[in-house]
Amino acid sequence: MFHQAVWDEKLIIEMKGKRSLRLPYEDRDYNVEIPDILKRSELNLNDNEEHEVLRHYVRLSQMNYGVDLNTYPLGSCTMKFNPKLSEEIVSMDQVRYIHPYQDQSTVQGALQIMYELQEYLKVIGGMDAVTLQPVAGADGEFTGLLLVRAYHENRKDYKRREIIVPDSAHGTNPASSTMAGFTTIEIPSDKNGLVDLNALKEALSEKTAAFMITNPNTLGIFDENILEIARLVHEKGALLYYDGANLNGIMGITTPGKMGFDIVHFNLHKTFATPHGGGGPGAGPVGVKRHLEDFLPVPVVRYDGKYYYLDYNVKNTIGKVAGFYGNFAVLVRAWAYIKLQGGNGLRKVTERAVLNTNYIRKKLQGHYDLPYKELRKHEVVFSGSNLKKYGVRTLDVAKRMLDYGVHAPTIYFPLIVEEALMIEPTETESKENMDHLADIMIKIAQEAEKDPELLKTAPHNTAVKRIDEVEAARNPVLTWKMIK
Amino acid sequence: MDDEKEMMDFLGIKSIEELFSDIPESVKIGGLDIGDGIDEHSLRIKAREILSKNKTSFDMPIFLGAGVYQHYIPSGVFSVASRSEFYTAYTPYQPEISQGMLQTLFEYQSYIAELTGMDVANASMYDYATALGEAARMANAINGKNEILIPKNLQWEKKSVLRNYVKGLDMKIIEYPYDSKTGKINIEELKRLINEKTAAVYAENPNFFGVIDENVLKIREFGNFVFIVGINPISLGLLKPPGDYGADIVIGEGQILGNPINFGGPLLGIFATKMEHVRKMPGRLIGMSKDRDGKRAFVMTLQTREQHIRRAKATSNICSNEALCAVFSAAYLSFLGKSGLKKLAEINMGRAEETRKMICSIRGYTNAHDSLHFNEFVVKLPFEEIKVHRFLLSKGIHGGYLMNTWSNNSFPELGNAMLLNVTEVHTDSDIKRLVDALKEVK
Repeated sequence: MFHQAVWDEKLIIEMKGKRSLRLPYEDRDYNVEIPDILKRSELNLNDNEEHEVLRHYVRLSQMNYGVDLNTYPLGSCTMKFNPKLSEEIVSMDQVRYIHPYQDQSTVQGALQIMYELQEYLKVIGGMDAVTLQPVAGADGEFTGLLLVRAYHENRKDYKRREIIVPDSAHGTNPASSTMAGFTTIEIPSDKNGLVDLNALKEALSEKTAAFMITNPNTLGIFDENILEIARLVHEKGALLYYDGANLNGIMGITTPGKMGFDIVHFNLHKTFATPHGGGGPGAGPVGVKRHLEDFLPVPVVRYDGKYYYLDYNVKNTIGKVAGFYGNFAVLVRAWAYIKLQGGNGLRKVTERAVLNTNYIRKKLQGHYDLPYKELRKHEVVFSGSNLKKYGVRTLDVAKRMLDYGVHAPTIYFPLIVEEALMIEPTETESKENMDHLADIMIKIAQEAEKDPELLKTAPHNTAVKRIDEVEAARNPVLTWKMIK
Repeated sequence: MDDEKEMMDFLGIKSIEELFSDIPESVKIGGLDIGDGIDEHSLRIKAREILSKNKTSFDMPIFLGAGVYQHYIPSGVFSVASRSEFYTAYTPYQPEISQGMLQTLFEYQSYIAELTGMDVANASMYDYATALGEAARMANAINGKNEILIPKNLQWEKKSVLRNYVKGLDMKIIEYPYDSKTGKINIEELKRLINEKTAAVYAENPNFFGVIDENVLKIREFGNFVFIVGINPISLGLLKPPGDYGADIVIGEGQILGNPINFGGPLLGIFATKMEHVRKMPGRLIGMSKDRDGKRAFVMTLQTREQHIRRAKATSNICSNEALCAVFSAAYLSFLGKSGLKKLAEINMGRAEETRKMICSIRGYTNAHDSLHFNEFVVKLPFEEIKVHRFLLSKGIHGGYLMNTWSNNSFPELGNAMLLNVTEVHTDSDIKRLVDALKEVK
């Protein structure tokens, strides 16, 4: 049985010591004169011994769970193994200690890697041009939608202010649409969990700017009507946007470009194995077809056959979506991953991810409800509603899974599945790990019947027990100065 | 893997192809034409070969700042941030098994709230520029007004990001002028531009010229708009926090706190505000609560502001953020502590000032702004910007930011000018080499 480390760890502000760290030029006196009116009067921090600070954070890290510890089947998040060579490369001085405004002759290596990554992503996405600037998936969506807006406005078509999304979409889709100044029209999925073509036809109009979907969708189902969808959308003068969060289900088998998409964002921290960092940083490059190339953010990385350079001359550029050129250190990791895999390797990644998904799907069928069809791509969504009769909810199943030393799936998403349990095994889990995961989930379903209290009070083996989230929101304590 | 056959048998399929039978043949591709994969050792060699074309701040002194800054990063910071329990974790959706990341982010939020003098900080934005965009949107959400006043000498990159962030709200961006002698806010003009349509006033301290501007202290009394202040977090070791002079939102670049520059990314957007505005705030927030045994525990909270719950009505679309960069910063501030931060601010200010004096004593080089600076300053050059830059480069020194040559910035009143950054990482010998080289430019 799994037992997470439990340290009764103080907050760093509750620790006290003497600073052992020595700064460069520490011993020199600088008689800095600041007018009283600008001077800081107090700063409520402590000094600490270096060794104690290190212990504090190492102990905290032991109360955290990463994919380096065990299976992390968090649906839509693609928690695959992060190659350690990528970490080695980004720890080099030539990645860490270069400044974005350096003379371009002194950063040719950095620009080369960015250029090569752009080229790879063009092929993988079936697109004509790529910008690496967006720093997260949602930032990529926002960028893509600014491109949509610029495209229509450039054609003097100012009426197009609606973005259509399916009700199974990631929450970022409608949120990005709002940020770019659009109204979101949500259409229901059909009885198979796919885009309802009639609902789509009804929603499409001369006000539609774009239809935003992911394929395979968040149920892990590939929408076989994709070419018809593309035709309907384009026929109405709108653009088709590909949310690349689920690219791991089709990479190397087909491309968004081939399916008729005009714009795609890539989640490098999902499909391309860059670590998630406990929430970020990620990277969300955007690929476009030729007709959108002139709107891309500046600068674009170009190559004249001898020299790599940053080009600020993009005809109808939308300007900038982040301070500099994107999350460079994340881009380098993704570049390394693609280099390691190669074209065939990336296709194998998808094949194995889909095999794993369907394997666990079949293993769990009968123990949890499986809405919609059987064949899935990168992920599968079960429903825990069959356990409701024991008074057990999906949340309880998720918490109990932690007791067995695996992370829980994504829960209560997509919204169209009641009591959803969204499992994405990824390609880097072995059959043995899949079997183990299935065994745990089957055992938990049995526990739900025999001893529902065990689930409702779970987790029991983690650093803390179940947390009162309602209280945290009702009386928020967000900093140590708010502790009473 | 050898286990594939067994799994296929279990599924009753003969080939992997069957798993893709739902994808129309007409959209399938023959493969990806990007070459074959290579082994780890070959890639290690290849990566080193390509990256060796980069020159780092260990190869030549670099006097660039302009938004991101070189500082000494204690080895311990890398040691903490490279714990794979931290860096291979996802967003802490299951808090009971993620207490380490949650407590560290809570500490980061607390540090930022202390430094800025605000009630609350979020767990990170992408960078300084997008934090400004989010702040402008939040101002509109707070008071429903549509005009934002920004300094004319704001970096072009930030202006451009801001324009994109407020595009959807049809907010109007109005630039207020600065005094060209001091580089400080023209406070009378700013006052004149504020009216009942003003959603927000944005001011930076220190500003793009590196100038410390006491005029920011007067802005609050000009009206009831949302007051947004941009800061350098290290400068707050010495300078009065914006919470003390009426700021509603404080933003800044957190890279400065212990993160490498990484060619401009990932960075870390600082975002702090008052408790009364917290429900309008973008980004993740970590809160303190209790577990069922009454033990202290941390959890993501006030999530009804966020996209995964609120969808089209969310305060922002942000999902993945810069959590690991916030871990770097929490560890960094813990190693430095109170005394270290104050000392570091003094060293930066002192060394930059010494360098400025040395350069401005060279014939033809003059001080652009007669003001107090933090760790950056503008010098007017006796030659074309690009000429000075290239000469320095030929001497193995990378000069500062060219004010009228690079990117899309334009400061015609400065003529030929360079923005130079000096911190504790620039050695006495680096500075001497810079000054000597500038003397030689002909």
